[in-house]
Amino acid sequence: MIDAVLVMNTQGKPRLAKFYKSLSPVKQQEIVRKVYTGLSSRAEHFCNFVEADEIFGAGTKLVYKHFATLYFVFVIDSGESELGILDLIQVFVETLDSIFKNVCELDIVFNFNKVNTVLDEIVMGGQVVETNSTEIVKSVQEIFKLERG
Amino acid sequence: MEQLKTIGRELAMGSQGVWGSSKEFLELVKTIGEAKSKAEEERIVLAEIESLKRRIQEPDVPRKKMKEYIMRLVYVEMLGHDASFGYIHAVKMTHDDNLLLKRSGYLAVTLFLNEDHDLIILIINTIQKDLKSDNYLVCCAALTAVCRLINEETIPAVLPQIVELLNHQKELVRKKAVMALHRFFQRSPSTVSHLFPAFQERLCDRDPSVMSAVLCALYDMILVNVKPFKHLVASLVSILKQAVEHRLPKSYDYHRTPAPFVQIKLLKILALLGTGDKAASENMFNVLGDILKRSDSTSNIGNAILYECVRTLTSIYTNPRLLQNAAEITAKFLKSDSHNLKYMGIDALGRLIKITPECAENHQLAVIDCLEDPDDTLKRKTLDLLYKMTKANNVEVIVERMVEYIRNISDNHYKTEISSRVIELAERYAPSNQWFIQTMNQVFEIAGDLVPQKVAHDLMRLIAEGAGEEDEDADSHLRSSAVQAYLQILKEPKLPSILLQVISWVLGEYGIADGSHSAEFIIGKLCDIVATRPGDDKLKGYVVSAITKICAFEKAAGQTVDLIPECVSFIEELYASHSTDLQQRVYEFHAVLKLDRDTLASILPMDASCEDIEVDKDLSFLNSFVESALANGSRPYLSDNERRGMGAMTTLASNNDAGTSSLLRFQPYEKPSIPEPAAALVTASHYSQDAIDQHDIYSSAITVSTSSKAPESSSNDGTRLKLEGVQKKWGRPTYTPEAQVPKNPINISDSVKVSSSAAGKEASSRNSSAPPYTERKQPPQEISAEKKKLAASLFGSKAGDTKAKPAAKLQQNGTSKKAPAKPTSPPPPAPAPPPADLLDLSDSLPQTPSVDPVDQLADLISVDSSAATSTTSLVEQVFDAGKVATKGPSPQASLQKDAVSRQVGVTPSGGTNPDLFKDLFG
Repeated sequence: MIDAVLVMNTQGKPRLAKFYKSLSPVKQQEIVRKVYTGLSSRAEHFCNFVEADEIFGAGTKLVYKHFATLYFVFVIDSGESELGILDLIQVFVETLDSIFKNVCELDIVFNFNKVNTVLDEIVMGGQVVETNSTEIVKSVQEIFKLERG
Repeated sequence: MEQLKTIGRELAMGSQGVWGSSKEFLELVKTIGEAKSKAEEERIVLAEIESLKRRIQEPDVPRKKMKEYIMRLVYVEMLGHDASFGYIHAVKMTHDDNLLLKRSGYLAVTLFLNEDHDLIILIINTIQKDLKSDNYLVCCAALTAVCRLINEETIPAVLPQIVELLNHQKELVRKKAVMALHRFFQRSPSTVSHLFPAFQERLCDRDPSVMSAVLCALYDMILVNVKPFKHLVASLVSILKQAVEHRLPKSYDYHRTPAPFVQIKLLKILALLGTGDKAASENMFNVLGDILKRSDSTSNIGNAILYECVRTLTSIYTNPRLLQNAAEITAKFLKSDSHNLKYMGIDALGRLIKITPECAENHQLAVIDCLEDPDDTLKRKTLDLLYKMTKANNVEVIVERMVEYIRNISDNHYKTEISSRVIELAERYAPSNQWFIQTMNQVFEIAGDLVPQKVAHDLMRLIAEGAGEEDEDADSHLRSSAVQAYLQILKEPKLPSILLQVISWVLGEYGIADGSHSAEFIIGKLCDIVATRPGDDKLKGYVVSAITKICAFEKAAGQTVDLIPECVSFIEELYASHSTDLQQRVYEFHAVLKLDRDTLASILPMDASCEDIEVDKDLSFLNSFVESALANGSRPYLSDNERRGMGAMTTLASNNDAGTSSLLRFQPYEKPSIPEPAAALVTASHYSQDAIDQHDIYSSAITVSTSSKAPESSSNDGTRLKLEGVQKKWGRPTYTPEAQVPKNPINISDSVKVSSSAAGKEASSRNSSAPPYTERKQPPQEISAEKKKLAASLFGSKAGDTKAKPAAKLQQNGTSKKAPAKPTSPPPPAPAPPPADLLDLSDSLPQTPSVDPVDQLADLISVDSSAATSTTSLVEQVFDAGKVATKGPSPQASLQKDAVSRQVGVTPSGGTNPDLFKDLFG
């Protein structure tokens, strides 16, 4: 399953942190820090997986992608496919992009409720529920419409 | 700065309401964004918390406003501050009828609360109500919250509603209901175990999204128990087939790959179902072959499927043709430029070689490339792979690589992990004792205190027992080379405590055994060791014992021992040590020095650390003493209980009876008095006197007592002292009760473990000439040749070599008794391992290669038992180094060995590393 989804900027500030396992806030902060130090030292062409036994327990991996000023990090266990998750990140970002029209870090900062909604449509309880970007956009828009109405 | 300006600009746009939040919130985000220090951010957030606290409690906050406050709380909490004062308002908001507010409430609650929070109970009711709502969006919101908030106890409260929702008309709701039940399964499998049929029914849902959600749940359930799901293989295969053949709706395509996530999940499930099940696996072969053919290896997701397929193929019942395909795909991955694919390739290769070990050979260079890649993830993965493919013939190279890796990383977690692997490999495949000892030394040196104590004990035992058979020559050679190696190592600065302990023990036990070093020299070295780590009590204990032994050996051999000044001052210091263990050791040391030659030889014989120690539990040797005491009018001994029964009648006379000691509990204090209570009394009464005086009395008391006693008593004394030397080191707890030895000293000193101090290194660093380990790190000069060599030694064992080897072996067996010229060492198959061979300690160990203990051992075995069997086993070993099972000696040999070590009482624990010996004797 997916243990956590983190979005943080290149300075290490968390922009979105969703954990699918109960962890105390202190622990969460620590994890965010560790993940950041783990990622920030990696060169661009290195592979997108980092084994994270130390941070999350045996068998877990970070799958991350670096977009402009943001790191999108999925923490997964052995039940997920690394390459698949890499594409899922792509889906997530594409979805955000089509919802915010050229998404940037600030969109995520100011609309974290929307971002959370999008993520909820993609990942639920640590499992992937939807991978089709247009589907996600459709259901998210529907929710937003209802909210406005 | 540039960035800040951009932020400012965009914020200016933002404040015009593009994002629909209030201006205040935007201000907050902006000021935090512009904060220049953590402290400033802290201040801003604290101010925000204060204002929120105030405003959230005002009566009649408009609901819209409340929603915003709660969003701000979420933000505050995300920045790491406590927002618990507002949780209740978020809970209240979930009760709201307005969908927008309700959803916000749920969102906040799921972010704020964990499943064990007290407030959850207040939400259950709302969730129950919402699950029944007509509006499917309300249902969905509630289901989302359920995943996060329901714990084991509250599952029954919502379970019926959720099961009902499995048949909801909206597929979105059905899907989320499946996911919620999946979550329940993770929390507490028993609560949903009766729902397996319902899950299977949903597998045939008309909407593929529901089906894929079921797959996720199934995967977890099958992971726990395969049995109840075996019958699903056919239907899962057919689903996979449909997916592969593009029969799922177009919307599931991703980059023109049909439903890749469904495929991947299915492949993972099939891998579980097909493990060790031939019938099930045969069902799958077709579709797996199809996937291999159809998947597009140019896209990322296509590769993900291919990799998954390889994984499945390697875990189910094997099919040679498909495995061949899998090997081709792996090869493609390994050759790819993408680090991601290389990583997957290495992983896939690791799985493939379990089934077809020979396939590794085709990818030698790719693997070595990965090993030398700067990317740490890749490197680590490759080390994993190497670990999996270690055999007797490449263990040296692989261990060398691993040691090199841990030498260069600082991460303790991986250091521990990899060094434990090195130890495991070394124990399992060590080509010779020499090599094993050297490898262990390196691990200790690098990973030092991360290595478990047990490993040190095993190492000491190995040195003590040597090959364990009758071949004393090889053993003593091994020991003297160990002594040599340690003397070399001591020249390096900053050695970890655990290694120093081993060194002290070895020097004490064997430092002067071969006569090439004088006692003064060794004692000097031992004192140097202590000087490097002034605060380490445990180490001091080891050193005192070692010095004691050396002095005893010297005296027993008829020489006089003049302690060097450093040693004297070291010992003097310890008389006043805070550690009772250390005090006791030095007092014993003094007592031992006063003994005469014969007594010494019997209490501390040379090289007897493995000898059996007989303990006379009944203290029968004291019988005559007791009788004479009784005859002289002493009272007979009364047990503790009897004495209690008699009130305060306890007398010194009864105490005098030696038998009393078996009941005393505070052994460390009482110990010195056990052999000779009278002496103890004297000592005790003189404790207040100055030190020298005290020693004299103490030791004279001991000597008097021992000489006045029958010889048995001194032998008893000897028993005790030897226990010091052996038992304590090995920490075998079973001895203590019978032998009356004071508390296991290792335990004592564990509590006093003092972290290494940096001071006082001059002693060992002053002679820094030619450190043996640094020079082997010469960089590879010609990469390609180097790599090829490495490849050869990793994957090697080509036909030519194997032919040559057995011949040598057979010959060797024929000539039997003569010391052969080291053929057993793992066939360095091709040109021989690269120059940077870490095993090459030949500098420090000049005679090393001439006699290999293992060889001689092999000879011995062949002589002892029937020559034919051992020959075949040796040949087998050469041909089939990979199979551990065939490598061992005859079972009798190992049984015998086991029996011996049991007798000796130094086996740390049953079967800790049987492989070690198996291979050493192979």
